[in-house]
Amino acid sequence: MPATSTMNLAQRKKIMRRSFIVMLLAIILLPLSGYWLMGNQATDSEATVTNPRADTWRQVRQGSPDAYTAVQGRETNVLIQNMGQNWRQLRNGPLATYGSWLIFAVLAALTLFYLTRGQVKLTHPRTGKTVERWTLNERRLHWLTATLFIILAITGLSLLYGRYVLIPIMGHVAFAAYADVAKWAHNILGPVFSVALLVILVKWFKENLFSRVDLEWFKGFGGIIGDQHPPAGKFNGGEKLWYWTLATAGVAICATGFVLDFPNFDQTRFVIQISHLIHLSTAFLLIAFAFGHIYIGTIGTEGALEGMTTGHVDTAWAEQHHNLWLEELQAQQQADNDKQTPQ
Amino acid sequence: MARMKFLCDAERCIECNACVTACKNEHEVPWGINRRRVVTIDDGIPGEKSISVACMHCTDAPCQAVCPVDCFYTTDDGVVLHDKDICIGCGYCFYACPFGAPQYPQEGAFGARGKMDKCTFCAGGPEPDNSQAELDKYGRNRLAEGKLPLCAEMCSTKALLAGDGDIVADLFRSRVVRRGGRPDTWGWNTAYKD
Repeated sequence: MPATSTMNLAQRKKIMRRSFIVMLLAIILLPLSGYWLMGNQATDSEATVTNPRADTWRQVRQGSPDAYTAVQGRETNVLIQNMGQNWRQLRNGPLATYGSWLIFAVLAALTLFYLTRGQVKLTHPRTGKTVERWTLNERRLHWLTATLFIILAITGLSLLYGRYVLIPIMGHVAFAAYADVAKWAHNILGPVFSVALLVILVKWFKENLFSRVDLEWFKGFGGIIGDQHPPAGKFNGGEKLWYWTLATAGVAICATGFVLDFPNFDQTRFVIQISHLIHLSTAFLLIAFAFGHIYIGTIGTEGALEGMTTGHVDTAWAEQHHNLWLEELQAQQQADNDKQTPQ
Repeated sequence: MARMKFLCDAERCIECNACVTACKNEHEVPWGINRRRVVTIDDGIPGEKSISVACMHCTDAPCQAVCPVDCFYTTDDGVVLHDKDICIGCGYCFYACPFGAPQYPQEGAFGARGKMDKCTFCAGGPEPDNSQAELDKYGRNRLAEGKLPLCAEMCSTKALLAGDGDIVADLFRSRVVRRGGRPDTWGWNTAYKD
């Protein structure tokens, strides 16, 4: 008796499921039977007739790609280019606003950090022994790129904010004279910066691949917060992050810069507008990051700057900040010594 | 005060390009620069329409809004003019303008564009009216002479209208009312059989 009742229940469930599927199909398919009854009548002539004038203005709104004009030149047959308005709104609106916020927020955060945490001091006294961190050519490359970056940042920001910040102080004529120089400096030094950046990216590529060590470095906040000193090779996690920011945003800013800098290649306004928006947003990102980089490299860390100025760092500093790199160097030196002095 | 406006009647424009030629001649615009141009939609197909376009002297002019050196100004007549002494030729006004009005004497490497040039509504520039400096940089100042832009003045079909926006609008409205015909009875072809 209990066995047959469960059988009945299973059967009933099966029937219910089937009838449900049939009902569902009927709900979906029955209304469509109108098409089957009517054939193709609905798609006949009337619906395809459009108003010629409406067509004309639709073409105008869509950039009139097939229009003709006797005036030669790029995009002269375009009556209305709509993206320009979007470009204007984004540039003058969110990008200019939040960009300045970002810059001031980073500056404020660094100031606050310096006031609370202060400089990251050397934990052990200087040993007086130094090791070479950056060769002369590496330093030249760094300072060339750094100088160009700062010039490009100042001239670029002048073109965006000068109207609101500098014109009230300098007046239109003086600012225009400065802006003219700024524009030329930006346009000519930009490609030079691109080449320098490319060399940096190629030169320091291998040492900047992320490894397991960097994970620990980030977990320990790079020793910036707290008193622990997470291990690091020649480039620590933060430096690698800066490297990869330059390898992505930096490359994007260079690529879009070339699009903007060479209008003689017949690129359309749309390409220029998009490039400019990318150029602007990556610029803010890089400037914000550069502030952090400059802070850590100068007043933020005791003994860091001398690596990039003299090329040599104290072994105490190397032990504290780049212990794995120092161990590598010492092992290398040991091996060299062993080779030079046969038993 | 009048608010100057351009209006091109697409039902009348016959694409003769006389406005383009007249403008170039009147202002002695350099080679390669066209302050005005005529664009034809559906060229050669029945129902083709031509429109003459130049700087429209917008109320909230995009060029003015994005200029890094703030070289644009709007006159009391609503005409958007610019100061070539201040212009640095950055190209931003060209990026922003929907009508493609800003023109440059060159488009060279490293963003070498020269000073921007555009339609002045025949109203010159910031220099004293009808001075030699104004003529050299911006062309004739017909408005200061009590005349309207030449492109519209000499338009053979009076398709291109220029002047006080209210008068231009009245003129165009009276045309539309009298014109009738197919394009103004939109939907009739689709809706009615006889």
